[in-house]
Amino acid sequence: MQSLILTTATRLLVALLLVFSIYALLRGHNLPGGGFIGGLIGATAFILYAITATVEEAKSALLVDPSNIAVAGLGFAAIGGLASVLAGKPFLTGLWLFLFAEEGGKGMPLSTVLLFDAGVYLAVFGGILTLVFALEEET
Amino acid sequence: MSWLLVYPIVIPLLTAVLTYILRHNPAGRWISVAGTLALLLTSVMLLASVIREGVIAAQMSDWNAPFGITLVADYLSAVMVVITAITGLATVVYCLGEIPERLERSGFFALLQVLLMGVCGAFVTGDLFNLYVWFEVMLISSFGLLVMGGSREQLDGGVKYVTLNLVSTIMFLSGVGILYGITGTLNMADLHAAVREVENTGLLTTVAVMFLVAFGVKAALFPLFFWLPASYHTPPVAVSAIFAGLLTKVGVYALIRVFTLIFDQDVGYTHTLMLWMAVATMVMGVLGAAAMNDFRRILSFHIVSQIGYMILGLALFTPLGLLGAVFYLVHHIIVKANLFFIAGVAKRIGGSTDLSKLGGLYANAPVLAFLFLIPAFSLAGFPPLSGFWAKFLIVKAALDAQMWIVAGVALAVGLLTVFSMTKIWGAAFWPDHPEGTKPRLSDIPVFERLAMMLPVGALALLTCVIGLFPEPFVTFAETAAGQLLDPTDYISTVLGVQP
Repeated sequence: MQSLILTTATRLLVALLLVFSIYALLRGHNLPGGGFIGGLIGATAFILYAITATVEEAKSALLVDPSNIAVAGLGFAAIGGLASVLAGKPFLTGLWLFLFAEEGGKGMPLSTVLLFDAGVYLAVFGGILTLVFALEEET
Repeated sequence: MSWLLVYPIVIPLLTAVLTYILRHNPAGRWISVAGTLALLLTSVMLLASVIREGVIAAQMSDWNAPFGITLVADYLSAVMVVITAITGLATVVYCLGEIPERLERSGFFALLQVLLMGVCGAFVTGDLFNLYVWFEVMLISSFGLLVMGGSREQLDGGVKYVTLNLVSTIMFLSGVGILYGITGTLNMADLHAAVREVENTGLLTTVAVMFLVAFGVKAALFPLFFWLPASYHTPPVAVSAIFAGLLTKVGVYALIRVFTLIFDQDVGYTHTLMLWMAVATMVMGVLGAAAMNDFRRILSFHIVSQIGYMILGLALFTPLGLLGAVFYLVHHIIVKANLFFIAGVAKRIGGSTDLSKLGGLYANAPVLAFLFLIPAFSLAGFPPLSGFWAKFLIVKAALDAQMWIVAGVALAVGLLTVFSMTKIWGAAFWPDHPEGTKPRLSDIPVFERLAMMLPVGALALLTCVIGLFPEPFVTFAETAAGQLLDPTDYISTVLGVQP
């Protein structure tokens, strides 16, 4: 089915959704949001694209096979979780690196928590897209 | 922190990633076997450590309970992880013989490991929300496994499966939300005390029933079981087998955990409701099985019927009842997975799972026929196999509680189970094959035959061992039931352990 409204709106929405999904991922550290919901929002963008154009176009826009993304996500999550082992801390403990930190400021905080969350983001994003693409091609 | 509790989650995760990377390479499947073997070894170590030290717990990410995520293993959790690893290993080995290369290339073995991770995670977690997360992991991976291969029939089954399970998930999540709203905690050990201070007991009972419905769908309790027979006969047999063995049992485990640790303040209402649901489940399941005419469909309905026995043990809420439920849980996983494996071998050599198109297995494949008899009779409850003790304990518990009708129904359902097993025997094994072919085991190439028959033999042996030497298993289940009814140890360990 072709809908002019949906096609036009999708052009705007895809970019917005993708930006918003990253925003939700990063915001999730201290506020509602996070990898899971971020991944879902990101997947929505490509699902919209697949509905208005075709699954093939959505796949080629994605460049990487979604199941590869999902497994890469699992790998990142595993690394993020296991990194604490090197420091002798329990599984999933966050390790922090404060780049350019000055007196009274945190500088640029980097953590294994973010790596784990990004892993979740990719796993959800890739997993959902794998399923949806498979189902879309079927019908 | 005890790493033994983390291994059951991390090992399948790493195995999944490695197997996926090597999915185009024959080494991938062997990594999958090795990873599952490692899972089995570490889970046996976990069990040994639980037997030695009692309940063990670990706090993830350096936060004390009830703020962080607690992983905890008592007798029940530990034995469930071991049995998951055993079933997982049997399935992975069986897959070596059954799964075509096409599926392997699209990452079948990796998805199987993700499923194992979800199941193990659900067994060791001590946090309700975390339990929800593991249920999601299981749901997504099992949906993937169900529809992988993409035939129309599989998609049909898969969509039914996922829709009904999503309803259950939403119910579960709403229950978790309300419970958090009234108690302010989701750590299960902490909840045990917290629900006792709640004044609005009516609301609490409502939440309890929400959990009963949510886990009831997962466990395939009457009247929420329709998705199971609609979907379990469609995917590759190995997938059916691991689903049949493990997935509904996670629902049963969750019911046992939640209705002994948290919701035991209105036993008169919730557990009586559960009792009659269990009775109806037994009856409906076995009647459904009697009406079916397909190997795997009969077995699927039997899962439903057997779930009834386990929930009956929980609903009686006596030490003997829970003992029986735990024993039944372990026995049933082994037997049911094995029966599905055998259905798969029969399909391979006989060409179908439809009973009217099968035959001649007794004359041409006597080994298979013999190996079928062991789990089939065990399922029906013949002495001296494991199913006899499981049924005996449950019926005895019902008689001790003076539930005459319930005990009578349980016995009658056992009889009907024999009926449908003889139906399989009488159609697939006894008469000649309708097309005149001679289905022999030697038709399968040596390596694949070995891969398919090894798990069948090993699980049958395990059934016999449990049946002939039930004493240590019963003693074990007794301790597990004791811990469930008096969770003091569980709670003090969870809340006392520093990260």
